[in-house]
Amino acid sequence: MKALNQVFTNYKDASPDDLIPILQDIQAQEGYLSEASVREVSSFLHLPASRIFGVATFYNQFRFTPTGKYHISVCRGTACHVLGSATVLEELEKKLKIKAGNTSRDGLFSIEVVACIGACGLAPVISINGEFHAKVDRNAIHRIIDEIIAKNAENEDNK
Amino acid sequence: MNIQLEINNKIVEAQQGETILDVCKRQGLNIPTLCHIKEVFPTGACRMCVVENLNTGKLVTSCSYPVEPGMKIATHSKRVAEARKVIVELLLSNHPDDCLYCARNKNCELQDLSYNLGVRERRIRGVKNNHKIDTSGVSLVRDPAKCILCGRCVDACSRVMGVHAIDFINRGNKSEIGVAFDKGLNTSSCINCGRCIMVCPTGALYEKNHFAQIIEAIDDPKKHVVVQYAPSISVTLAEEIGMPVGTDVNGLLNAALRKIGFDAIFDSSFSADLTIMEEASELIHRVKNGGHLPMFTSCCPGWVKYAEEFAPDLIDNLSSCKSPQQMMGALIKSYYAEKVAIAPTDIYSVAVMPCTAKKFEAQRDEMTHQGITDVDAVLTTRELAQLMRMYGIETDQLEPEVADSPLGKRSTAGKIFGASGGVMEAALRSAHKMITGEEMQKLEIESVRGMDSIKVAHLEIGGIAIGVAVVNGLGNVAPLLEEIRNGRNDIHFVEVMACPGGCINGGGQPITMDMENVKQRMQGLYRIDGNETLRTSHNNPDIIKIYEEYLGEPLGEKSHHLLHTHYQKREVLV
Ligand code: SF4
Ligand code: SF4
Ligand code: SF4
Ligand code: FES
Repeated sequence: MKALNQVFTNYKDASPDDLIPILQDIQAQEGYLSEASVREVSSFLHLPASRIFGVATFYNQFRFTPTGKYHISVCRGTACHVLGSATVLEELEKKLKIKAGNTSRDGLFSIEVVACIGACGLAPVISINGEFHAKVDRNAIHRIIDEIIAKNAENEDNK
Repeated sequence: MNIQLEINNKIVEAQQGETILDVCKRQGLNIPTLCHIKEVFPTGACRMCVVENLNTGKLVTSCSYPVEPGMKIATHSKRVAEARKVIVELLLSNHPDDCLYCARNKNCELQDLSYNLGVRERRIRGVKNNHKIDTSGVSLVRDPAKCILCGRCVDACSRVMGVHAIDFINRGNKSEIGVAFDKGLNTSSCINCGRCIMVCPTGALYEKNHFAQIIEAIDDPKKHVVVQYAPSISVTLAEEIGMPVGTDVNGLLNAALRKIGFDAIFDSSFSADLTIMEEASELIHRVKNGGHLPMFTSCCPGWVKYAEEFAPDLIDNLSSCKSPQQMMGALIKSYYAEKVAIAPTDIYSVAVMPCTAKKFEAQRDEMTHQGITDVDAVLTTRELAQLMRMYGIETDQLEPEVADSPLGKRSTAGKIFGASGGVMEAALRSAHKMITGEEMQKLEIESVRGMDSIKVAHLEIGGIAIGVAVVNGLGNVAPLLEEIRNGRNDIHFVEVMACPGGCINGGGQPITMDMENVKQRMQGLYRIDGNETLRTSHNNPDIIKIYEEYLGEPLGEKSHHLLHTHYQKREVLV
C-alpha cells in the first residue's frame, strides 16, 4: 500500500511513541483506521495489533469504519451539552440505528462526537459534511435526516 | 545491603530494592493482591495490596512500593482493612451475581476476597456493563462481564507468552479486554494456550467444554469410547483430588476413568515414546541429509500456531511429527480398531490433556482424514476432575488399576515429556542409541532440566556434534528465532514448550500461579523417571512390537501417513 508509505516516510527512526501522530495522519488521509492500515502500522512500529487498537480506542478521535456519504459531527462542548446535545445524539443514533463512531449499513450516514466546534452561539449544533445546523432538537433531527434521504434518492434517480 | 524496617510493630530485615509485599510474604503476612503477577513488573493498578505507611500516614501499594530504612508499616490496620473492603465492593458493584453458575465457583479469587474481607451486602451499586460473551474461540470462552480489569491476562499473553492477542480496549466504564478490532478470539493471533485462564482471578476466562458430547458417547452402547491421558495428568490430578502436589496417582486415574465408563484406557506417554522414535529419526535424517536445521519440536500446539503466525519463514524447520495426542488418536482409529475389529466410525476418542490448545489441535483440518478425526474431544485436567465429580467418583474408594493394552505401556522417557526439557532428554536418549548403537551411559541430562527460560547444551554423539536448546515459555522464543535467522548454526534441535515449566503448568492444569507448585509437579515426573527401569522409548516392548506388527520402521510409509503432518502460514492480525 503506497499511500501509507508516504505517511511513514515522515517518521524516520520511528518509535512506539509516534503511534498516535501516525494514526492521526492515517485517519486524516484515509478517513478511518482500517484493519489493513493497523496491520501496516503494526509491522512498521513492531507493535501488536491489539495494542494499537487498544490505544486507538482509548481516544474518541479514531474511527474504524469509513465515514458515510453524509458525515455528521455532533458537538458535545459545554454550551451544547447544557442545551441538550445528549438528546440530540440519542435521537440521531435511534433514527440512524447506529452508534457514534459507526457508519450505517448502506454507507449513507456516519456519526462522530466532537469536542466544542466553536459555534457555541448556535448550540446545540451539528455539522453535516461541514455544513452547520443550528439549535437542533428532536424534530429538527428527523426533518434534516429525512430531507437528506429524499434528496439523495432524487439524485440517484436522476443518474 | 540489609536495611531494617518495622512491620506491624516488629523490626524486620530486608534487602534494598525489595518490595514491601516481598518482605511481608517472607514474614508470613497474608496480603491480598489482584493485578500483581510474579513474572511481571508490578503496575500498582488494582490497589488491593495497600498497606499503611505509618510515617507518612499514606496508603501505599505494597506490590510496587520498595522498602525504605526506618519505614513503619501496618498491614491490617483499620484503615487498610476498610480500604481493601471498599476496593472489593467497587469491583462487585457491576459484577454479575453468578457464582452458582460460574466456571470458577469455589475457586475464585474475587469470591475469596469478598468472603475473607467480610463483604456481606451490596453497598455500592454500579451499572452492569453489557459486554458480550465471546464463544468464537475453539479452546477458550471469554466472558468480559465477569472481568475486573486486573490486566493479568494481558501481561500473561504479552509478556509471558509473547503473543499479545489481547489488550485493554476502550476507556472509562466502557473499558474491557479484547482482541484487535474487538472481534472474536478465533480471528486473533491467540494460540489457545490458556495462560490467561491460569492467571485470571475470576470466571471471565475458561475453557470451552465438551462434556455433553462425551457423556452422550459414553451413554451410547454402540460407541466404543476410548480415552488417552497425557504424561503430566497423573501427577497434576493429585491437586484436584486433595492429594499433595506432585503425587503420582496413575493407578487411581486409570480406575477413575474405567469407573466413568470409558471402554479402553491408553497412556499418551506411549505415543510420546513413538513421537521420540519418529522425531529422533527425523533429526538424524535432517543432520545427515542437509535438511532444514535447527529442527523444532512440534508437540506443543500453542507453539505450532505461534510459528505459523509469527515465524512462517521457519515452518520448514518444524518437525513433521504429529504430537503424541494426535499420534495416539490416529493409532486408536487404525491399529487398535483393526485389532479389536471395530469400525473407526464407531470409536469415540477422548484425550485428557494439560492444555487448552490441544482442543484447537484436535480440530485442525490436518488432523482429519477421509472424515475420520484422530481425536474427537479433549478434556483438560480440570475438566476431568469435574467429570469425576459429575460421575460421583470418590478416589479414596478406588484401588489402583493399570491402563489397557496395546497402547498403554510406556517408558519413563515418554513420561518426562510433561516437563520442560523432557522431550529433548527423551529424544537424545534414543538418538544416541540410533546413532551409535549403544545406550547412553548416563541417561539424565541435567543441563536441559529445570526452570531456566533457555537451556542450551552441546553434545557429541558418535562423532556428530549436536547442539540443543530448550525454550521454556513461549515469551523466550523470539530472541532465539532472531539469532537463527541471523545465521546462528550451533543449534540443531530446539524444544519449545509454550507454558513455563512445560505441560505440567499447561493452561488446562489445576489453577495455580505458584511456581513452587509447578516445580513439585516437575519433580513428580522426574521421580518416576528415577524410580523405574524402562527409561528409553526405543526399549519399550510395545513400541518395538508396533513397528514389527504394523508401522514397519520410523519415517516409513505407514508412519508418514499416520504420524506425520504439515503446517502452514496463517494470516492473522499479530
Ligand atoms: S467470577 Fe467469581 S465472584 Fe464472579 S460470578 Fe464467578 S465465582 Fe462468582
Ligand atoms: S490463550 Fe494464550 S494466546 Fe490466547 S489470549 Fe490467552 S494467553 Fe493469549
Ligand atoms: S479477564 Fe481475568 S485476568 Fe483478564 S483482566 Fe479480566 S479479570 Fe483480569
Ligand atoms: S496487587 Fe498491588 S496494586 Fe494490584
